[in-house]
Amino acid sequence: MNYKELERLFMDRRITRRQFLAGATALGAVSLASGVLSQPAYAAPTQGGHLRVAIGHGSTTDSLDPATFENDHTISADYAMNNHIGEVLASGEIIPELAERWDTDDAKTWVVTVRKGVEFHNGKEVTADDVVASFNHHRGDTKSAARSLLEQIDSLETDGKYKVIFKLKAANADFMYIASDYHLAIKPSKNGKINPTDGIGAGPYKLESFEPGERFALKKFENYWKTDRGHFDAVDILSIIDTSARTNSLMTQEVDVMDRVDPKTVDLLKQRPHAKVEEVVGFRHYTFPMRTDTPPFDDNNVRMALKLLIDRKQVLNTVLRGHGRIGNDTPISPSNRFFAKDLEQRTYDPDKAKHYLKKAGAEGLKVNLSAADAAFPGAVDAAVIYKENAAKAGVNINVVREPNDGYWSDVWMKKGWCACYWSGRVTADWMFTTAYAADADWNDTYWKNERFNKLLKEARGVLDPDKRAEMYAEMQSLVRDDGGTVVPMFANYVFATSDKIRHDTLAGNWNLDGMKFTERWWFA
Amino acid sequence: MAQIAKMVAQRMALGLFTLFVISLIIFLAVEFLPGDFAQAVLGQSATPQNVAAFRHELGLDQPAYIRYFTWLGDILHGDLGRSFASQRPIDTLIAGRVYNTLFLAAYAAIIAVPTALTFGILAALYRNSVFDRLVNIAALTAVSSPEFLAAYILIFIFAVHLGWFPPIARITEHTSFMDRLEILFLPAVTLTLVTMAHMMRMTRAAIINLMASPYIEMARLKGLRRGRIILRHALPNALAPIINVVAINLAYLIVGVVVVEVVFAYPGLGQLLVDSVSKRDMPVVQIACLIFAVTYILLNLLADIGSILSNPRLRHPK
Repeated sequence: MNYKELERLFMDRRITRRQFLAGATALGAVSLASGVLSQPAYAAPTQGGHLRVAIGHGSTTDSLDPATFENDHTISADYAMNNHIGEVLASGEIIPELAERWDTDDAKTWVVTVRKGVEFHNGKEVTADDVVASFNHHRGDTKSAARSLLEQIDSLETDGKYKVIFKLKAANADFMYIASDYHLAIKPSKNGKINPTDGIGAGPYKLESFEPGERFALKKFENYWKTDRGHFDAVDILSIIDTSARTNSLMTQEVDVMDRVDPKTVDLLKQRPHAKVEEVVGFRHYTFPMRTDTPPFDDNNVRMALKLLIDRKQVLNTVLRGHGRIGNDTPISPSNRFFAKDLEQRTYDPDKAKHYLKKAGAEGLKVNLSAADAAFPGAVDAAVIYKENAAKAGVNINVVREPNDGYWSDVWMKKGWCACYWSGRVTADWMFTTAYAADADWNDTYWKNERFNKLLKEARGVLDPDKRAEMYAEMQSLVRDDGGTVVPMFANYVFATSDKIRHDTLAGNWNLDGMKFTERWWFA
Repeated sequence: MAQIAKMVAQRMALGLFTLFVISLIIFLAVEFLPGDFAQAVLGQSATPQNVAAFRHELGLDQPAYIRYFTWLGDILHGDLGRSFASQRPIDTLIAGRVYNTLFLAAYAAIIAVPTALTFGILAALYRNSVFDRLVNIAALTAVSSPEFLAAYILIFIFAVHLGWFPPIARITEHTSFMDRLEILFLPAVTLTLVTMAHMMRMTRAAIINLMASPYIEMARLKGLRRGRIILRHALPNALAPIINVVAINLAYLIVGVVVVEVVFAYPGLGQLLVDSVSKRDMPVVQIACLIFAVTYILLNLLADIGSILSNPRLRHPK
């Protein structure tokens, strides 16, 4: 690689500032590089400023307990107040955060060494006891959403002041990703228990005040251990549900960052003088899960026919105005490192669908498709397009408009076929384990494929990346050709910032730079 | 006066009974909604184990009637209970929001009521003139357009385009009184626009109605000026219906402003109620609804007292 290529990579923000400098040093081009870095857009982070963020989530029923975090308002505050075991980088790779290092020989026993000398906001040092207490908050008899994730832990104990030993029931090569889930904030323990609602963590910002569904007021934590992160003096995270109100606030510079830009107005927003629109390909995808234990979806020919009867491009262009990618009936995003590139893209093909319908003896099929905008914005529109597409093969999809209220308790996983969304997971194993494994709580297609479940278990114990890639590719083809989920598209994260905001390469594991924006961004 | 005191006492007692019935109805209504708090809060992430653990933690695994009477007993002891969701005591949770809602309602009322009465009287005074027609058309247009549209138009002109007022009404407990007035100007004007027409048209109609009565004709024959006839002779007799309409609109300013709260991201009671219903946060729903019910009962009582005071015949019944 020569210097020009390196500079191009950096300009496109495909490598970080640090990687760029290191590369330039290796090429002996430090003076050229420092010229680039002194340009305002690439300057070193500056300290200070009061960041105001408008998030389109948040409810007056939210609480500070990490076990109940479920929307972007609380999750963005979680990453501002707390640190976790590991941190997912923009490249999708994970590095130790509150851990100093982790070691394993068999992916079954994990020894996590806690970073020494790290302080909580109350001045207490982070030790192994805090890690164990923080994890135990989500295990056993608890309302935590991370509970099922942690069921794979057989035992969890400290070994001295700074070592935690996780013994798993079965090997899991991706366990550190799981252990760094946003719910698993590390909080100070007292007598073996954390106080879940005290708002104290080891993150870059201290909690000043919290009004559920209104705002988090946060102040810089002076003793934060990452000296090159957490640049703002103060951060206000506001919950502004109404998209127009959020957009107006950004345009009038009442806030510096807004999430969830309306795809319909994104082009207009791009023309505003102080606004900058950012778009990141992530893992979020929209699905239409069919219950494979319920007729007519128990016949794979019917499932195949329905998968062939949606015009993915049309749905993407209508519902997301093109701000996404078409899906291939697997939940693994193209940004995932185990994405099966060689799998052929499924397209709209009424003739082939008719062939499958004939095989199933289901010509003139009539099915109900339940949808509500609670599933994803535009779900009802997507279902209606699906209906029109399917009519070409003589299939009659009856779109049932369900109420938003109670959608997840009464429609999803109850009705035969419905609309749904997934935020996606950073690893293939995690995604499959959450929603495709036979025994998963959220196996929303009730799909039980022996070969798939065998591979899924095996792949967890394999540490060789090539071997794993092969196994995950086979699993993706099984999900695509036998599974019960139609995955028409992946949605991009689209958000907007003031033109004063600077950042490195944006992560796509969550919205807003992997939700670490308060820690990673700065004002020019 | 004893008459009024007796009526107030009677109405208060009836009001308490009404509150009891309302609390029962709300409780049953929320019970009948599909799903409960544990399911609603966990949403897509609800698994049977999580739900069971959560229900047990909140006592939701007990039968409905036990939960209702436990709640009622606590209320009678002055304990409003805790929110299921945030586990905060409800009195601290809603005190700020009640204040915000009342502040905005009072602000809007202070603009809307005098404006509506003035325009109503002027419209009656210059009946069928160009002025009368214009005022009517403007008021009817404002009341017919949905609140969010009026709000968006105001935001577009005064916040985005001119930059005079902020587009969102973000306030904290530290916001000073003067700042509040500035920040809340657009929401207050929005509410004025949607409530004014009703009050203005009632004022106009009530006065015009009286203008045909013989005693007004007498006044006119005496040679009094039109303005004096309307203000001194017609208006006092038209007060009763006007007071009733004003009371209804004041109640609306307190209980019906959730759309305005959302558009301006203003932390008031309406948003709290909507969130709490969708999450089935029973204790909060109960208290918020009771506050709304009290608002209606009190404003109706005040309207009745006002009507009685303004009408000598009701003050001295035979």
